[in-house]
Amino acid sequence: MQNKKLLAGVTATGLALLANPAAASSVDEAVNQIFSSATGWFVNFIFSPFPGTSFPWIVAWLVVAATVFTFYFAFIQFRAFKHSISLVKGDYSDPNDAGEVSHFQALATALSGTVGLGNIAGVAVAVGIGGPGATFWMILAGLMGMASKFTECTLGVKYRNEYEDGTVSGGPMYYLTKGFNERGLPGGKILAVLFSVFCILGALGGGNMFQANQAHQQISGIVGGYPGWITGVVFAVVVFAVIVGGLKSIARVTEKVVPFMGIMYVGAAIIILMVNYDKIGWAFGQIFAGAFTGLGVAGGMVGALIQGFKRAAFSNEAGVGSAAIAHSAVRTKEPITEGFVSLLEPFIDTVVICTMTALVIIITGQLMIDPATGNYLTEGGKIVTATGVSGVGLTSAAFESAIGWFPYVLAIAVVLFAFSTMISWSYYGLKAWTYLFGEGKNKEITFKVIFCIFVIIGAAANLGPVIDFSDAAIFAMAVVNIIGLYFLMPVVKRELGSYLARLESGEIKKFK
Amino acid sequence: MTTKYVVACDGSPASERALKFAVDEARQHGAEIVIAHVLEWSPYSFLTPEELEERHKRRAEELERAREALVKPLLKSVADSGVKIDSVIRYGHVAETLVDIVEKAGARQMFIGRTGHGGLAARVFGSVASTMAQIAPVPCTIVP
Repeated sequence: MQNKKLLAGVTATGLALLANPAAASSVDEAVNQIFSSATGWFVNFIFSPFPGTSFPWIVAWLVVAATVFTFYFAFIQFRAFKHSISLVKGDYSDPNDAGEVSHFQALATALSGTVGLGNIAGVAVAVGIGGPGATFWMILAGLMGMASKFTECTLGVKYRNEYEDGTVSGGPMYYLTKGFNERGLPGGKILAVLFSVFCILGALGGGNMFQANQAHQQISGIVGGYPGWITGVVFAVVVFAVIVGGLKSIARVTEKVVPFMGIMYVGAAIIILMVNYDKIGWAFGQIFAGAFTGLGVAGGMVGALIQGFKRAAFSNEAGVGSAAIAHSAVRTKEPITEGFVSLLEPFIDTVVICTMTALVIIITGQLMIDPATGNYLTEGGKIVTATGVSGVGLTSAAFESAIGWFPYVLAIAVVLFAFSTMISWSYYGLKAWTYLFGEGKNKEITFKVIFCIFVIIGAAANLGPVIDFSDAAIFAMAVVNIIGLYFLMPVVKRELGSYLARLESGEIKKFK
Repeated sequence: MTTKYVVACDGSPASERALKFAVDEARQHGAEIVIAHVLEWSPYSFLTPEELEERHKRRAEELERAREALVKPLLKSVADSGVKIDSVIRYGHVAETLVDIVEKAGARQMFIGRTGHGGLAARVFGSVASTMAQIAPVPCTIVP
């Protein structure tokens, strides 16, 4: 009953604000103004390049961390890859624990939060600017990112809070406080609070407004232009029904359809690749040549590298800390097993799905080549495309050139991916919110209602500065999180050593 | 070693009839009864982040409910039969888990009601009883 009143309230506010376009646009402008003047310095700081280059330091921060973890754990992502797959298959699950969350379920839930627009639109942006060579750096960043995920998810489970009623709360804010205390390090609490603040902002922005905005772009691209607030209100009502009304059926349907969409997307890509099998060798040639020479793209090799690294980081969120929140809900005797399972995420997200998108764009000849030099034709820093589009449009055009009706499937996929990403981020944001303000029904409802209002704002307006800010907030999460990971990685190493020894000695046995 | 009979129970009237029938048989042959109740569960289903968090709590509640509302009344209903009766509650794929329970208990035969709680889905994909008729590792009596 109370929920219905709230829902009516939210909808009415949204309608009142947005039914009047003039009022709405002046509101947009006002919000833009306030935001850009108040937060511009923060966005500029996060995305600022190293002096004299165009390489954003935040990208280097993520890649350096991934490299450090890769070496520190001696290429754990390759050593443990096979073991990770047997864990997901349930080979090591005790049948007496049936009915608890399985490793597969934890992985699937975390993946539905990360697989999304980054894999479809982000990759198109990367190869559209950085050329095929960006794919090489993207795959490399994805492979390295597996070590970051491994580290953060192990810590997420190790330092989570378990409550008497059997529920759990975990994530960077818990390992930052508890882990730092345990090691006698100062500043854990401050980092945890900072992380929570950035996580809430990131959840409302990149995890919500950006998604709603892009979903609206897709729908209106197919059915024709119409006001964004309509999409916003519909999305907000559905999100509200799920996160406040506890309408699990909708969430369950999405959770079932999203993996199916993911498989269908990869399947369609494979079919296109098989039909053009004679060009696969050529495409990889372009990827390798482009990676080290740039093949005429803006910025050459460095340009390709920046685009590849940046998009991989945007897409798989390795080092951001969000996955640590999702994985910490799993009940396992060995925290390290969640780390093993989570390292498959960047692999599936970036190395498989993102690469498929890139290959399809390259193989279907979307990027125009100058026949005289063999280099890519560029205009205003971007590669000229066959149909003159970029972003989601480029991916869509690439698939359309092979499978005529695919843009419709793609639009549905984008909307569903956006929705499932929003549900995941509403949870991440809520966890950060309850960490800051404490648990309690009213406090939780407050956050959820705020979240729904931001869905409408995100879909209705093109709030550039707000979206810049929320992207910056997601990356700010990585700044705080990775500082914590550096200090706590010896804990993970200890866990890893002990686990591998017991696996070797046969103390940890297969059940299947 | 005593002879054991496994009876699959889901709380439906047919499973109650199966239990009564099995108890009569057990009394005549001096066998023991194991009541088996399986909660449908797939480790490959998809859950939302919130469901992940609450899963452990829900599982405990589901087991408690199965024990109190289903198994206990069944045990009570055949308490004065003089037959020794045990019970097992497990999670998993219903038919496969029943086979597993039968094998673990070393049962000589098993009993199941013909129509359980399955609805339309059972009509389309086949019921647990019809699956057991095909895959049971020991003689299986289907009680109408």
